[in-house]
Amino acid sequence: MRMPRILLALTLTLLAALCATQASAQGLTVQIVNGVPSAIPITVVPFGQQGSGPASPVDVAAIVSMDLDRCGKFRTLPTNEIVESPTTGSQIKFATWQQLKQQYIVVGRTAYNGGVLKADFELWDVAKQQQLLGLSITGQGSDLRRVAHQIADQIYQKIIGVRGAFDTRIAYVTMVGLGNNAQYSLVIADSDGYNPQTVVRSHEALLSPGWSPDGKELAYVSFESGNSAIYIQNIATGARRVVSARPGINGAPRFSPDGKKLAVSLSFQGNPEIYVMDLATGALTRLTHNLAIDTEPRWTPDGQNIIFTSDRSGKPQLYEIPATGGTPQRITFQGQYNANASISYDGKKIAMVQGNGNVYRIAVMDRSLGGQETFVSPGNLDDSPSWAPNASMLLYAANEGPRGVLYAVSADGRVRQRLVLSDGDVREPAWGPYRNP
Amino acid sequence: MNATVRVSVVALFCLAAAACAKKQEIKPTPPPEAPTTTTAPANTEGAFTPADLQTNACLRTRVVYFDFDKSDIKPEFDNIVACHAKYLRDRPMARMTIEGNTDERGTREYNLGLGERRGNAFAQALEAAGASSSQIKVVSYGEERPVCREHAESCWHLNRRDNIVYTAE
Repeated sequence: MRMPRILLALTLTLLAALCATQASAQGLTVQIVNGVPSAIPITVVPFGQQGSGPASPVDVAAIVSMDLDRCGKFRTLPTNEIVESPTTGSQIKFATWQQLKQQYIVVGRTAYNGGVLKADFELWDVAKQQQLLGLSITGQGSDLRRVAHQIADQIYQKIIGVRGAFDTRIAYVTMVGLGNNAQYSLVIADSDGYNPQTVVRSHEALLSPGWSPDGKELAYVSFESGNSAIYIQNIATGARRVVSARPGINGAPRFSPDGKKLAVSLSFQGNPEIYVMDLATGALTRLTHNLAIDTEPRWTPDGQNIIFTSDRSGKPQLYEIPATGGTPQRITFQGQYNANASISYDGKKIAMVQGNGNVYRIAVMDRSLGGQETFVSPGNLDDSPSWAPNASMLLYAANEGPRGVLYAVSADGRVRQRLVLSDGDVREPAWGPYRNP
Repeated sequence: MNATVRVSVVALFCLAAAACAKKQEIKPTPPPEAPTTTTAPANTEGAFTPADLQTNACLRTRVVYFDFDKSDIKPEFDNIVACHAKYLRDRPMARMTIEGNTDERGTREYNLGLGERRGNAFAQALEAAGASSSQIKVVSYGEERPVCREHAESCWHLNRRDNIVYTAE
């Protein structure tokens, strides 16, 4: 496990060195859109220092707090209200935290030696005065922030009962400059926008990144040859291959849940149709047959069906078809324009771009609640919803004045955070799969 | 916090306003409705030569515009179809790429499809007027190549377009 990560770091460093304009993470702000009465009160006490080494280069407790806040399920105690500083369970005076109406408290210590960060932490139930977790997590090199994200994941899973998704990565596209000076970059970063690394740069448009289920590869569309073409790139090595450069549109690649197939939209037979490509042989299976635009295929989590966008009824709507072929069924009936679906890991929630007039917002349809829909973004030109692997949050792209920005929003739409990722126009977010610690 | 947000918002508006002002000054494209008055009568007598691409007012027009979410060639562009079709008929060695484009509304992949539909519409009109399909290539850029970047119809109507590019004259 250690070798590949060093290799990855080296490759990324080399790639980063090639970049004239390095994307950089700046201030991340958590916006509370509405009050979240159900948010769980939790205190993450600033971690103490262990041993005689230098201080930790990253503020572990601050990163854990920000993770917990932005997912919408927790409400952390602001630092200036943290009146005592226990660093072990035995130092916690529970009466203090009961008075502050805290349900849980996290304490911990860090040791930083030879570039390795070790964080010991404990999660306690304040009312029961009971220890729920006591773990030690280590990381090194460019992975120091991952230590904090993994702690947040442990806390999330213990309290919520679902695996946390803070220790994950996101991919997105940035554009700087205009016309012939335009420069597009496909970037991957931590789920909170930190540690951005450019994996592809081009003077022509890049779009539609999709992760392989093991998180090792990205499929995307590049116009670098003058027309759209679909590439698959290994993130660690940078090696890539063209999987479709047919005449017409080569678009919207998405890996199947088993990673063996790629759903795509191709127009070489006349107009955009949905195909499934066997990645081992390159063989294509055509799923749709009509004169409409059929695009944006998305696999259901079981790999059995594909949900896609089609304007066969006049305006774009979502349809579902068996992945081996069959009769498509329309599944969206609210809103004039529904497109660009993202399906939650359990298949229950489908996020989409919903357009009414000139307003395009992110809507979430809950199939377990009879197709009930809620908006989770304010508009006006929101695009590209992408679920976190545990469906606790969504990423989407929005316009703010002249530039595009990314937002992370809790699944209920109540807590929204703007990721300020670079100076350019940011778009096309794709939330990656779980990572192995 | 609130002050910071407010300052950022004000800054954004300033940026947006500055961008608007700049755009207005350099906007080079005449309104799509206008060109009928400047168009010379189609040269129906002699055959077109490559020099006509620079001098003939109709052949110099290399863009046609579309209504929102539509891909039909509007009647006001019939003369543009006619003169370019005649050029392709007169010059069998000539090759053309039609670049289909959309405004920013809607999703990027859907707009790739819509841009292609617009490119195909112009290609089919040329072919109906006697051009050979082997002379014409269609590429869709969807919403990726806007000529105008404000989030309003004043820009959107300029971005919903086909660009006509001669790759061999």
